[in-house]
Amino acid sequence: MDKPYFEEQSYCTLIKTKLETVRFLQDYSKSLQMMKIENLHFETHLN
Amino acid sequence: MEPQLEDSLLIKRYVSGDEKALEALIDKHNRRLSSFIYSKVRNQSITEDIFQDTFIKVIKTLRKGAYNEEGKFLPWIMRIAHNLIIDHFRKSNRMPMFEGADTFNLFALMGDEKLDAERQIIKDQIDSDLIVLVGELPEEQKEVLVMRIYKNMSFKEISENTGVSINTALGRMRYALINLRKIIQENDIVLTN
Repeated sequence: MDKPYFEEQSYCTLIKTKLETVRFLQDYSKSLQMMKIENLHFETHLN
Repeated sequence: MEPQLEDSLLIKRYVSGDEKALEALIDKHNRRLSSFIYSKVRNQSITEDIFQDTFIKVIKTLRKGAYNEEGKFLPWIMRIAHNLIIDHFRKSNRMPMFEGADTFNLFALMGDEKLDAERQIIKDQIDSDLIVLVGELPEEQKEVLVMRIYKNMSFKEISENTGVSINTALGRMRYALINLRKIIQENDIVLTN
């Protein structure tokens, strides 16, 4: 009787973004300042 | 292992100024989002870029106060990533990437859509031959064909202009093409570039 499954199975690859990218996002968030003037939003980045 | 907090709580804390909440949010969804992006683009660097752009949009939206928490944070960021992936593929189709080769020819990159002189002459000849052939058609068929092909009108517009139904306009177009093919065949005309 034939086997009901393939011999070679593909496995789903789970990956993760590098730590540098995560750190960049954190720094980006910390430096981001939002100003709302009337109905407009202005973004600035502080050093 | 610390229990993972709900997205809504993390978002609330982040909007209140707690940067650690952002770190927790990113960490919580990192693997799921990165794997999703990678499954589409199959490139680690591009995955990193799209992941970064996704969360930049998230950060900006949260900081503007434009996000309504309805328990759908993950579908939201997946949708942002999905749209960025589409943008990536659109851009890469417009700007093909060339791998370095030993015999690299810059002129291979500098494409020009214009026809060369010979092909332009042939095209001009074909266009003028076609105009003569179209002139041989019955008036009502010629009228529909000219409106459709040369004036790029829709059949709805043609029907409004000529005062006939859309089906009649379609029928006239069909017969125009059949008759054109007949004329070309009977006269052994060659219309190819």
